[in-house]
Amino acid sequence: MIAIIWRRFSKNSLSVAGLAIICIIAALAIAAPIVSPYDPFAIDVYNVISAPSAAHLLGTDELGRDILSRMIWGSRVSLSVGFVAVGIATMIGIVVGAAAGYYGKAVDATLMRFVDIMLCFPTLFLILAVIAIIGPSIWVIMVVIGVTGWMDVSRLVRAEILSLKERDFVSAARAIGAGDVRIISRHILPNALSPVFVSATLGVAGAILTESGLSFLGLGVQPPDASWGNILSSGKDYITVGAWWLSFFPGMAILVTVLSYNLVGEGLRDALDPRLWRSEK
Amino acid sequence: MLPFIFRRLLLIVPLVFGITLISFTVIHLAPGGPVEVETEMSLKTSAQARENLKKLYGLDKPLHEQYIDWLMRFARLDFGKSFVDGKRVIDKIGERVPITIIINMLSLIVTFCLAVPIGVLSATRQFSLFDRLTTVFVFVGFSAPPFWIALLCMYLFGLILGWLPISGIQSLDVSGMWWLQRLADWAKHLILPLLIGSLGALAGLSRYSRSSMLEVIRQDYIRTARAKGLKESRVITLHAMKNTLMPVITILGLAVPGFIGGSVIMETIFAIPGMGQLFFQSAMSRDYPTIMGILVIGAVLTLIGNFMADISYALADPRIRVGKEQS
Repeated sequence: MIAIIWRRFSKNSLSVAGLAIICIIAALAIAAPIVSPYDPFAIDVYNVISAPSAAHLLGTDELGRDILSRMIWGSRVSLSVGFVAVGIATMIGIVVGAAAGYYGKAVDATLMRFVDIMLCFPTLFLILAVIAIIGPSIWVIMVVIGVTGWMDVSRLVRAEILSLKERDFVSAARAIGAGDVRIISRHILPNALSPVFVSATLGVAGAILTESGLSFLGLGVQPPDASWGNILSSGKDYITVGAWWLSFFPGMAILVTVLSYNLVGEGLRDALDPRLWRSEK
Repeated sequence: MLPFIFRRLLLIVPLVFGITLISFTVIHLAPGGPVEVETEMSLKTSAQARENLKKLYGLDKPLHEQYIDWLMRFARLDFGKSFVDGKRVIDKIGERVPITIIINMLSLIVTFCLAVPIGVLSATRQFSLFDRLTTVFVFVGFSAPPFWIALLCMYLFGLILGWLPISGIQSLDVSGMWWLQRLADWAKHLILPLLIGSLGALAGLSRYSRSSMLEVIRQDYIRTARAKGLKESRVITLHAMKNTLMPVITILGLAVPGFIGGSVIMETIFAIPGMGQLFFQSAMSRDYPTIMGILVIGAVLTLIGNFMADISYALADPRIRVGKEQS
């Protein structure tokens, strides 16, 4: 199964390139203490806002800190926000979608109405309101992005389960006395997860974008901790004096990472869609 | 048509109710309740404000009574007074909402008018150079942080080239201008926020219209139209276009919350005095009543946007208004 999916996925060279970039960035993030040339917090007052050079490949910021090192350490923050937020969103989405799809009737109506209501809120408004109330920290941001982002997953899972729950293998499981939870988790869900994988991959891209937006507004990860968004944000004031590198490189990092996740998501969607398998010789 | 609109309006009632319920829950998320947060974490809040807050939320009453009180005030559009300047929240929001609505409407129109032709052209010329270029544009548009694009454009067009103003919605000397000049002045100020704010939706929608058109031109009735000798341009614009547009309208409706939410970032960067900027300022200064007011009004605006999308969808597709309501 995995071999088939990989064969189909690898036909899309852009998606493979995206996957390679994701692996490289993840490796850099994990190996941050080894690969980053400088201490990301080391202040160097003699080297403030210096342009990219051999010593500082991507230049230094307003406190003389090395931008490349800050970006490598910042990738840890940006990536972990992406993954944890999507993990939370996917868990909630699966539980809500599975309950709505499997139990139907009143449960379904109530849960889906709740989804409709949640979808009315502009996500950024809801996130900012919660952060304004609880205060910004990396944990709050992960949880808030997750809790405001599960609605699409729940709709996907519900739709899958609606089409699966009448199948014979589900009746068979029920006939041998399996309980609801077991039927859902062991028999139905494994068959319903393909679209969830795709949406989770695209979700990581979205969560990284959201985090960078929040940090840009100053309501995300707080300095001196680095995330791509707040490096970019603290650099924006120096653009007028021509110091473009402060905000250009972190923006590129966000763009390239988010682009890679989106490309992999698209590739997965094609590779996991059995309808497209059949059309192929 | 009228029964359809009526049914759709009835559906809105529980949604508005739910919106208020969730907003109310958000207020009470704060550990120790909203008053504690206000007084502990914001130095600006005086003892007077603390008393005002307690009275405003009626925090001595049981939760359900508090909610009902809050709902009654909401029905009268009374969101209390701002902590920052003591003005009524509804007045503060009221003077900011029009500019945000105008910008978002314009964004929706710009998105629609650009995305549909781009999508249709790349579908009818599938695998051509144009199709490939737009695919690249779509992915970059999806993935680029809008605030970053905004910064780069401000740097390029505002500072290096000096073509466009980079903040506000009008020049300082606007009062002395003739109305056409004034309009041009507006347009110059709004073009960057409009285009950059629409980028993500533009990318998504053009991708969507492309796949929608690709699906439609494989239908039998399109083959029939071609077989009877119609010109290709006629087949596309007259026969295929309508069925392509219908799902696109729905997607455009779904983009409304994204636009309203995105206005926080765009209005903050470009210093546009709209609701998004007010929301950002309120979040920074923990101006509680204003935050709650904008949260509710933002959600209700989304609801109205979706409602209008549904109506236009029904106008375009008779199956929707005649047939049973889809769940």
